[in-house]
Formats: sequence, C-alpha cells, structure tokens
Amino acid sequence: MQSRKIATLLAVAGLTLAAAACGTEDTPAPAANPSAGGSAPAAAENAPVTISVGCQPPKTNPKERAQWDADVTAFQAKFPYITIESKDAFPCIVPETFQAKLAGGQMEDLFYVYYTDAARIIGAGQAADITPYLSEAPHFAEIRPDVKGVFESGGKTYGVPRTNYATGLVYNRALFTQAGLNPDMPPKTWAEVQDAAKKIAGLGNGYVGFGEYSAGNTGGWHFTSSIYARGGAIVSEDGKMAAFNSEQGKAVLENLRKMRWDDNSMGTKQLHRWEDLMRMMGSGKLGMMIGAPDVVQAVNNDFKGKFEDYGVTALPESTQSLSGGDGYMFNAKATPDQIKAGLKWLEFKFLTPGQGQFDYARNKADGLPTGLPLTDLYGSAAPGAQIQTDRETNANVPTEHFAPYVEGTKSVTFKLEPPKAQEIYAILDTPMSAVLTRQDANIDELLADAEEKVNKLLAAG
Amino acid sequence: MTTLSAKDRRQHPGALRRSVSRNLTAYGFLSGALICFAFFSWIPMVREFILSFQKTNFVNSTEWVGLENFRTVLDDPAFISAWVNTAIFTLLALVFGYIVPFVFAVVLNELRHAQGYLRLIVYLPVMLPPAVAVLLFKWFYDPGAGLFNQALGVVGIPPLSWLDSTTTALPSLVIVSTWMNLGTGTLIYLAALQSIPSELYEAAELDGAGLFKRVWHITIPQTRLILLVMLLLQIVATMQVFIEPFLLTGGGPENATVTVAYLMYQYAFSFGNFGGGGALGLMLMLVLIVFSAFYLRVSRDRT
Repeated sequence: MQSRKIATLLAVAGLTLAAAACGTEDTPAPAANPSAGGSAPAAAENAPVTISVGCQPPKTNPKERAQWDADVTAFQAKFPYITIESKDAFPCIVPETFQAKLAGGQMEDLFYVYYTDAARIIGAGQAADITPYLSEAPHFAEIRPDVKGVFESGGKTYGVPRTNYATGLVYNRALFTQAGLNPDMPPKTWAEVQDAAKKIAGLGNGYVGFGEYSAGNTGGWHFTSSIYARGGAIVSEDGKMAAFNSEQGKAVLENLRKMRWDDNSMGTKQLHRWEDLMRMMGSGKLGMMIGAPDVVQAVNNDFKGKFEDYGVTALPESTQSLSGGDGYMFNAKATPDQIKAGLKWLEFKFLTPGQGQFDYARNKADGLPTGLPLTDLYGSAAPGAQIQTDRETNANVPTEHFAPYVEGTKSVTFKLEPPKAQEIYAILDTPMSAVLTRQDANIDELLADAEEKVNKLLAAG
Repeated sequence: MTTLSAKDRRQHPGALRRSVSRNLTAYGFLSGALICFAFFSWIPMVREFILSFQKTNFVNSTEWVGLENFRTVLDDPAFISAWVNTAIFTLLALVFGYIVPFVFAVVLNELRHAQGYLRLIVYLPVMLPPAVAVLLFKWFYDPGAGLFNQALGVVGIPPLSWLDSTTTALPSLVIVSTWMNLGTGTLIYLAALQSIPSELYEAAELDGAGLFKRVWHITIPQTRLILLVMLLLQIVATMQVFIEPFLLTGGGPENATVTVAYLMYQYAFSFGNFGGGGALGLMLMLVLIVFSAFYLRVSRDRT
C-alpha cells in the first residue's frame, strides 16, 4: 500500500518535472530574433544598447587585456550609446561550455568561434543572420570571398572572421640545425619531409621527426588538412558522397605509414590530440607538424617555446588549404540593434587597419609578439597591403622564419570544412589511428570502410 | 525514536503533526540532500529522458521527433563498438577491480603489524582527483620513457604499446580504473571481514585450516551479501566509464576504447546532437536500472 503511494508520488513528481522542463524548452525565442525573420522593429536611431562580447583576454594576459579595455573605452567614447560588457574566458570557446551556455541563456550576444565550429553552429540555427546589417562594418565587403565563405550559408552571412590563415608545416629550426639540416631551406616535398623526419628522429631517444594527431576527432581534422593540400576532397561537390577514398587519400596514409613504420620517425607514442603535439613542440623534441603560425604563437605563449626556435613553411606540394582561423558570431536571440552595435565593434576592433588588433605599433610598444602572418583577411585588397606593411614595419619576431610560409601560401586557395565535419572527423580518426598504431594496417580496407560509414552518415541527412 | 504506522496516523489525526515536528531537525538535514539530488540528479534525468525524444538547438522551440534520435544512434557504426567495449570493460573491471580489492582486504586483515599504514597506502589513490590519476597513468603507459615499459625492460620483457594497440588499450584502461578505485573497495571489504567473529577463524585454525581454506569456508560465506552488493555497484559504476577513454585514448585506436558514455559525450558536445546523446543515455540507464533493481532487492533482503 505504502509503496504504491510512493510510486504515485514519484510519478506525479516526475510528470510535474517533465511538464516544467517542457515549459522551459518550449519558450519561444523573442520576436526580435532576426534569424526568425528579421522583421522586428529596430529601436530609435542611437538608442542606448548594451552588448556582451566574448573572448576578452584573461587577467593572465595583462598586456592584451589592457589593450582590449583601452579599445572598449575608446569605442564607447566614439559611440556613447553603446555599452560593451566584456566577458573573459580562456580558452575563448570549448565545445562543452558552448552548448551549456546556450542552454542556460548565458551565451554572449557576440561570441567567439573557431572556423571549425562555424558550419555546425549555422546548421543548428544557433547564430543570427547578420546579412541585413553588414553595412555597419564597411571593411567587411573587402574581406576575401573565400574567407567570408566560412560564415556563409544559403547566401546569408552569420559571422565575421577575425584571423585567417592557411595550413602549413611548423618546424623546429633548432632541431633542424642539430640534425644537420638547413633551417632556411625547409622541406618542399613530402619526400623531403620524410628525409628530414628521419634525420631528426636519429638525434636520439625521445626525438620525434614528424608528429601527427589521431584521436578525439583531431586525426580526421588533420587528414582533411592533408588531403586538401594534395588537391583532394573529403566529400563530393554536392556534399552527398564521400570522396576521400582516392589517390590523394591513400597518399596521405601511405606517407604516414612509411614515416611511422619504415623510418620509425614519428615516435612510438601515438593517439595524440591538440595539446600533446603543442607540448612536444614546446619541449623541443618534435621536429615537424602540420600547423600554421598560430601554433608557434601557442607554443610560445603556453608551452614555453621560444619564437626564434620555430619556423613555418607551406605544406609541401600544396595547391589548396583547409581554412584556419577564428571569428565572431551573433547570438540567435540578439536584437537588430545589438547586431548593429556588435558589427560596429568588430569593425573598430578587428577589421580596421592601424587600430585594434591591427595596431602593430602599440603591440610592439607593449612588447607583444608582432609580425606573425596570422591575419590574411583581405588578400591583395587595399586594407591587406596596409596591414602587411604595418606588420612588417613593427615586427619584433623573426619574420624571416615565416617567409617560406608567406611565399608558399600566396597561390593557395582556401577550402571549407566538409558538412557534418565533426562526425566525419570522428570516422576518419580510425584510419589515422590504425596506420599509426598497427604495422599491418590495410590502407585500402580502412579507407573503403570509412567511405561506407561517411556515405551512410551523409545519406541520413 | 518511535515510528507510527499508517493505521495509527489515521486513528490519531494529531499524531502525524507531532511526528513531523519531532523529526523536524532530521527533515532539515534531509532537505539539503534532497535539493542537491533534485537539481543535480533527478531533474537532469527527467530532462535527459525528454531530450531523447526531441530535437533542440537551445535557441528555438524544441521539436518532438519521436524515435528518430534512437534510430540515428542505432545506425551509427560506433554504436555496436561502444556497447561491446563497455561490456568488455565491465567484465574485465569485474575480474580485476572486483577480485583485487578483496584479495588486498583479506591480506590486510591477516596482517598483525602495520595494518594502519598499509590501509592508508591502499586508500591514497582514492584521494587523488580522477583526472590527475588518469594523467599519471598516461605517463606510466608511454611506450618510450613510460614507467611500465622501463620496468618490463628491467626483467627483459620487450616493451608493450599499452594504449596504442587495439588489443591492450581497453585492458590498460581497466588497470587505471582498478587502481583508482582499489582503496574504497578494499576498505569496504576490510570492514566486512572485521565483522566476522574471530572465534570462527580460531576454530578453523585449531582444525588445521590454512589461509585458503579459511577464506573459502569462512570469509566468503560470511561476506556473501557484501560481495554481491559490491558486485552490482561495480557493474553500475564501470558501465558508465568515461574519464579514462576521454583523457587517455580519445576513443582510439580504431574505436577500440569508445564506450557508451564516451559516445554520448561525442554526440552531445562534439556533434551538437543532444537528442542523440540523450537517446544513448536513456538506453544505458535502462540497462543500469536492471542491475540497480537487483541491487535494491539484494540490499533489502540483507536488511
């Protein structure tokens, strides 16, 4: 009798909670949501508006934080009706907190994203369509079309890039010298990479010639970088079929197999993820890895590496590159006035030559590393030329170490990530980890199996 | 403290009020736990149940999609691997993680000296935050400079790939899990062992029973119920294994360490598909409910 009562009580409580949960879930987005039609009336011209903005540098980076705060003050003086609420976080975005912040209504009005997350966020309807308001950021029109493409879908724009770079080959110049290689003449072919890796690994125990990811979806991500660089693709043009079971795909895996098993130049430990290779690079025991100048920045800032020890060159034999970089998107619930204010801020802080992130003179005066070729937003357009001149004039890092990269990536075209990128990367982790951990891995079988899985995934819609 | 039966309460309307006021302090203490459980366990469970039948982006209104999320995860090629890996992990964790603490407890119980110090040493790993313990093993397992391969080298055994091989990766995770949970299991078994009347052992010793016979004929029968309860708790806990594959292998190599909980994480946080993650969670919960129900039954019988 008593247990029946308890069961009834629990059932009632469960239903009540369920109803409460449903009630919360079903709360419609505000009418002002521009992505839901963009028909909401805008407030009066220059009416006070407050926007929360993510990725303020953390207190542990005092100089960058002071620059940010100074820019906010200057911006608010220029636009007194706009108030910026800066939100700091390090790292600026992590998948775990992204969804939780959205679910909890804590997402900033203007939030930071890596390129690799943009398509998923757009596909999930979690960012606002900002197309009608782009005139608030005049420089946006001059950004390279292939860079803008990262934040576009169905002819609409959902975000603004902040930095952009091609994937290259990061190498340790000190180790090159130690291994008898010329650090000013980095490898230009995969055969040269293989040869250099062998020599670096030959320096002794613990030295790894070439490092590569193969776990936590990062293996699939770098497989994509590698196959793009060889002119291949992950999916067909229409995005409906897998396209990586190709000569280029096989070449990527065969190259890794040779270095791992024939040359033993990739180390015995595998299943690396992002932080693992950064740590190895910072410790001075890793010769080469696929990456961009941002890797050198991260290794210098967070993994105790020194700028002068590293160089970057273009990926060998590359004709195209997976787009790399970051930017800002708007909360799907942001009002039109918040979007306009946010675009003005982005124009002020991240898009205008000579100010904000492009104030290289200030960076140099503050002792921040200046001169890394990280922001190829404009290509050959006028702002791009000015930015490059300013960067070179104020450089305090050895820019000649990045010259092969700048030169080698000039003719490279950017290619976007495939649809359902993370799901495909998870599947492609398998062939990457197989080749790096199993000597008898059959590349043809691995690619055929992954192809079947990706086709099934794409067919499911 | 006396308790009133339901019949008594019906016959004396004021009895319930008196009973409540008498136990007010107890209810006060209880409310803290109830609130915590409600917010951090029960409400999320209900939300998760609902989510498994919905599609949501946490921005617009949610959409009821029936069983679509279940179909999605059932079609996932990693689904079968995840369940098989979870089952193997649970089985191995029972073989190692269940027996080893019991053996430790028996040995500790037999010791006449330094039992306190050894108990502390055995319990120490439990005090380490799980992430720290797991990352410690990441170094132990390093195929090059790792402690384990160095130790194998000393006795002339060739190095193992540990986490980098499809055959050794899952057992390697079991070793980590066993080490991390060794202390708690050992202490619980030890408490159970120490509640066994010493006369039984003395009588057995007089009859010439050795250690093995004493364990087989006295220890195991006397601790049968606690062994069963621990077995069920162990199954429920190990089937939810997440932190070890998440931190050590990222599900690799070749999906060899993808578990159901890890796949749930992938769905929810890597793929942004909370419905799929919810569906997987519900499936896992249904399996665990069977074991939990059995556990409750055993616990009730014991009392």
